[in-house]
Amino acid sequence: MTGTEKRDQGRSGYLIGLKWLIAAIAVGSSWSVLADWSALNMTQGVTEISREVYDLHMLIFGICVLIGVIVFGIMIWSMLVHRKSLGHEPATFSHSTKLEYAWTIIPIFILIGMAVPATSTLRDMYDSSNADIDIEVRGYQWKWQYTYLNDDPAQEVKFMSSLLTPPDEFYNRAPKREHYLSDVDNPLVIPINKRVRFLITSNDVIHSWWVPDFAVKKDAIPGFVHESWAVVEEPGIYRGKCTELCGKDHGFMPIVVKAVEQDEYENWLAMKQQEAKDVYETVGKTWSMAELMETGETVYAQHCQTCHQANGQGIPPAFPSLVGQGMAIGDLDAHVDIVVNGKAGSAMQAFAAQLNPAEIAAVVTYERNAWGNDVGDLVQPREVNALIVAKE
Amino acid sequence: MSAVIENHHDDHHHGPDKGLMRWVLTTNHKDIGTLYLWFSFAMFLVGGCMALVIRAELFQPGLQLVVPEFFNQMTTMHGLIMVFGAVMPAFVGLANWLVPMMIGAPDMALPRMNNYSFWILPFAFGMLLSTLFMEGGAPNFGWTFYAPLSTEYAPPSVTFFIFAVHLMGISSIMGSINVVVTILNLRAPGMRLMDMPLFVWTWLITAYLLIAVMPVLAGVVTMMLMDIHFGTAFFNAGGGGDPVLFQHVFWFFGHPEVYIMILPAFGVVSAIIPTFARKKLFGYDSMVYATASIAFLSFIVWAHHMFTVGMPIAGELYFMYATMLIAVPTGVKVFNWVATMWQGSMTFETPMLFAIAFVILFTIGGLSGLMLAIVPADFQYHDTYFVVAHFHYVLVPGSIFSIMAAAYYWLPKWTGNMYDETLGKTHFWLSFVGVNVTFFPQHFIGLAGMPRRYPDYALQFADWNMVSSVGAFIFGFSQLLFLFIVIKCVMGGKKATDEVWDGAEGLEWTIASPAPYHTFSTPPALPERATA
Amino acid sequence: MSSESTYESYYVPHNSPLPIFASLGIFLTVYGGGNILNEMSAGTDSNFGATVFALGSLVMATTLFFWFSKVIEENHAKMYSQQMNKSFVWGMSWFIFSEVMFFAAFFGALFYVRFWVVDWIGGEGERGPSNMLWPDYVPQWPLLNNPNPEIFSTPQGVIGAWGLPLINTILLVTSSFTVTFAHHAINDGERKKIIGWLVVTIALGVLFLFCQAYEYYEAYVHLGLTLNSGIFGSTFFMLTGFHGAHVTIGTIMLIVMLGRAMKGHFTKTDCFGFEAAAWYWHFVDVVWLLLFVLVYVIGT
Ligand code: HEA
Ligand code: HEA
Ligand code: HEC
Ligand code: CUA
Ligand SMILES: [Cu+2]
Repeated sequence: MTGTEKRDQGRSGYLIGLKWLIAAIAVGSSWSVLADWSALNMTQGVTEISREVYDLHMLIFGICVLIGVIVFGIMIWSMLVHRKSLGHEPATFSHSTKLEYAWTIIPIFILIGMAVPATSTLRDMYDSSNADIDIEVRGYQWKWQYTYLNDDPAQEVKFMSSLLTPPDEFYNRAPKREHYLSDVDNPLVIPINKRVRFLITSNDVIHSWWVPDFAVKKDAIPGFVHESWAVVEEPGIYRGKCTELCGKDHGFMPIVVKAVEQDEYENWLAMKQQEAKDVYETVGKTWSMAELMETGETVYAQHCQTCHQANGQGIPPAFPSLVGQGMAIGDLDAHVDIVVNGKAGSAMQAFAAQLNPAEIAAVVTYERNAWGNDVGDLVQPREVNALIVAKE
Repeated sequence: MSAVIENHHDDHHHGPDKGLMRWVLTTNHKDIGTLYLWFSFAMFLVGGCMALVIRAELFQPGLQLVVPEFFNQMTTMHGLIMVFGAVMPAFVGLANWLVPMMIGAPDMALPRMNNYSFWILPFAFGMLLSTLFMEGGAPNFGWTFYAPLSTEYAPPSVTFFIFAVHLMGISSIMGSINVVVTILNLRAPGMRLMDMPLFVWTWLITAYLLIAVMPVLAGVVTMMLMDIHFGTAFFNAGGGGDPVLFQHVFWFFGHPEVYIMILPAFGVVSAIIPTFARKKLFGYDSMVYATASIAFLSFIVWAHHMFTVGMPIAGELYFMYATMLIAVPTGVKVFNWVATMWQGSMTFETPMLFAIAFVILFTIGGLSGLMLAIVPADFQYHDTYFVVAHFHYVLVPGSIFSIMAAAYYWLPKWTGNMYDETLGKTHFWLSFVGVNVTFFPQHFIGLAGMPRRYPDYALQFADWNMVSSVGAFIFGFSQLLFLFIVIKCVMGGKKATDEVWDGAEGLEWTIASPAPYHTFSTPPALPERATA
Repeated sequence: MSSESTYESYYVPHNSPLPIFASLGIFLTVYGGGNILNEMSAGTDSNFGATVFALGSLVMATTLFFWFSKVIEENHAKMYSQQMNKSFVWGMSWFIFSEVMFFAAFFGALFYVRFWVVDWIGGEGERGPSNMLWPDYVPQWPLLNNPNPEIFSTPQGVIGAWGLPLINTILLVTSSFTVTFAHHAINDGERKKIIGWLVVTIALGVLFLFCQAYEYYEAYVHLGLTLNSGIFGSTFFMLTGFHGAHVTIGTIMLIVMLGRAMKGHFTKTDCFGFEAAAWYWHFVDVVWLLLFVLVYVIGT
């Protein structure tokens, strides 16, 4: 091969390289026009912190893309041009101290460039002082409990928040509606422009409380409490998820936070406090079997069914059957006790923290008389209440 | 040399035994390498089928195929089997085949123990898989088995899971001791450490990592066992313990573990690229130092998996900075590969295609890893599909591609036959497309907010999940082609020359193809010193 | 480093049935063990687990016996070169390193709970808010009041450092010396002395185990310090227990070495088996010293 021929081949190699590059850029740019980026990217969120995090994300993403483009660009160029089929002869170099220093040191500076904003954002996120409102967030298998802490325990508002989507929808027996798997019965309500501190913990296994729009994700660890906070700037409904594998219904314990104006929040809080008082009035009265069974059925469906199943058969051995065996047809006191106090170290929770005495009485009665158990006895809310009070 | 030795030497003139017993009783590094490789491939299929169950379930929103309990078992077993059953044994198999041939050793240093290391594995995985049929089902707490889900709330089969992990650990430790001893003690006379092929270097360092961290894994599963059966309080705050303690100990093992799955891959790629670029590897020394630095750093970054557990801010910052540093030595490697290709005279046979895809796709995975290291951003990424995308990019087109590249590259040496190049390229392109279609969209799903380990998801994630599932099936089924190509090559084909690839360097290319049952019974004379 | 010796031939055994039996043995042992534990937890009385476990241990022990016999036999047949011995040396060293890492996990756990968790639950540091869940808890080490005493029984006290543990320290340190004397005796070729020092070492090891058993008895019966008494008991029993298990293994090794010494196996240039056992013994000793300081002296 003569010198000119080689040079020609080399040049055609470069031309081919250029063509490919142009094609790649064309494809890449048309694709990015077509795609709806907001559905593909991290949310900007509604707090100052979440926007800082978003900017940080875009910064590091941009840097990574740039590095990728440069490195892959060089590689692809080399692949297109330095090929044997184009007659390219291999060079003989195998090291270059200068280059090697350069590509050790330059990345360090790039990394520093990322670390600086990351550090300052993190510091902001970790400063959870001066909260206006303290809310305890407690993970349960598989729902959340929110407690609005108050120096006066009688004023505390406490409720469970669990998935609203009916099983029919996830078993494809009913059409899936908007907010499929993202809706709860009782959302967390917070006022806007207030510093809300979340004290996150768990009752059983590790969960993780994540609301993307607040850039808050904190693991709920049994026996420990971790803090996080948010100042939400816009009223709205913000949805999140449990992000730590917590057992079979890990995918079914969403989070919904409703941010409202201050006065709306106050009204809501007052209403909740009143509700809590009302409940205790119903505890005093004597309930009929039919009333108990009716309430019991709804409570069961809401609180017990995930584990013990709609037909009471459970999923042994993890979740025992309640039909025709064990406590549900045995000693009434033991039955009430396990529902009130749960069983330590098992998924069976202490429901006294979640249900009021009337609901507990109802669900126990229901279990004893449904699915052919037909034990026939019932328990009154006031008896359950006496038990709970005695324990305290 | 005494007469006695000669007497016991006669087996060197024999070939392998016949029949099944050859494989059960063998002490030959090539046989054991083959066993490891087939075992690993079988596990890849099993783990892959579990991945396909996962992807099939996630094809659409709603629960179609499996119930959530079973989905969790699939996720857990998929992760465990791929990590401990597919990738690690594959690399041990490659080490068995190649390290003695590359350093001019007669065999592995401790051949009987070598066989023991292998044969523990089928028992261990048999036991692990049998948990699928136990009452209460298989482990369902993720391959990271965080306490207390894996202790107080676990199905009874967790006991067997724990013992299976112990067995794998014993196997890995013995296997690695063998590799280290072989490399340190059995090099051909005159071969200095800095003369060793990079694959040998990376394995030396990997083996060291394994010996250091597998016992820690054994320690943490032992603590679990005690918490479950003997009432200790390691992971229970009620007794003064801490569930987070589990995570610290686990990730002290777990992070080096991920480098265990990538360092040998670096070695493979560092062997292949120079061959097909017809150019010496760029920056050999810095490759060695970079590997060592990565290994060192891997011990001090573990808590980057735990940014959301509520560590003190000093811890978060420290682990962030330390993790970011890993980009530097890894970058050195990537740049060295690029510089090796630069001004080369490249051809693109199947091994080279896989190696180049490795460099590009691993880098994408590495860059997303770097994003995960940035704590505030990780609060948003953590436990979403963004993480799943990250680690599949480094593991599938990373580790798995490198294993395939290695298989294509050395198959002619192992079998004496060339594989079918057209089929090989087809396999590559199908895999390349499949892998990207599967895992690239997972970046989007993750950023948009889909958590991992979810059997069902909200409607806005539907489109990309569907794409991802389609990709998974394309990728999965193309592996059948790989199986076919390998079997075809073992059965026959164009005879390979001894050198196989023009310009391939290293002792393994100086011996016959297929490599004789016993190589280097007397140490080879080294070619002229490569580095000086 | 390998250059001087490689010209000798390196012995590669032709196939061997030992590993597959060892695999089977270890599998049956753990499979049986797993069944025993699950039967215990489920409260069923079946002896399936125990049977399999016993069978597995038998297979394992027999295989190991034949394995080591084979190695000794090959060594006597002069099939091992200098280089082979070096492989054994490296192999044993890395094995001991892996054991070090195993203990490191437990020491790490102790360190973590002792220096962080106790205070966090007590209300200090960045995880301090946790204290709101455990209002009655007072941070202290050793932990004598568990955050949740309903599940984790409260011990009355812990084992102080300056009684039995000190005696045990003296026993083990002394035994490290005596095993070294045995080594010197091998170098000098004095068989009687080898045997004598080995017997002393083994006796010290057994005495140590005896003291430790007594200590456990004290802890369980008089102090209420058990595996179930919270994190102090957990770390205490895991560390000392695994250490004790290693002393037991080391003692068995030494007993085997005693048997071999009686048969006149060891010479100055050929005593790797003995050396390996001695290293193991020193390793066990070093772990004890760490334990003594970290668990007993500054821990109680
Ligand atoms: C082979 C396996 C492998 C490899 C090599 C890596 C490599 C890296 N990983 Fe990855 N990782 C996993 C396997 C792996 N990872 C797995 C399995 C998980 C999930 C476990 C689980 O939870 O189940 C995980 C999770 C994981 C997390 C936790 C995420 C979370 O759960 O929230 C983090 C966080 O820091 C992380 C970071 C990194 C980093 C920084 C690297 C670095 O080593 C990458 C370095 C490489 C590059 C950066 C690219 C090349 C460099 C250049 C081109 C130079 C120039 C670049 C710059 C200057 C930026 N990984
Ligand atoms: C080396 C490790 C490795 C490898 C190779 C893979 C390979 C694959 N992985 Fe895996 N993965 C992990 C390691 C790995 N994974 C880990 C550690 C986790 C985390 C687990 C956890 O959360 O605990 C995980 C989790 C994980 C998830 C998230 C699950 C969840 O969060 O719930 C998903 C989902 O898409 C997934 C998909 C896949 C796919 C499609 C492949 C494909 O590449 C597989 C392709 C291979 C085959 C398909 C087999 C061969 C083909 C055939 C036999 C063809 C014939 C097939 C049929 C007849 C059906 N993986
Ligand atoms: C998160 C899972 C879960 C939920 C929700 C749950 N349980 Fe249970 N339940 C369990 C488990 C696990 C056990 C077994 C506890 C054990 O013995 O270890 C159990 C045991 C029981 C028992 C005793 C069964 C027996 O015979 O031993 C009763 C009664 C019971 N639950 C009633 C209820 C009621 C009433 C509710 C709802 C108000 C409920 N459970 C909600 C998990 C759950
Ligand atoms: Cu709760 Cu996941
Ligand atoms: Cu990591």
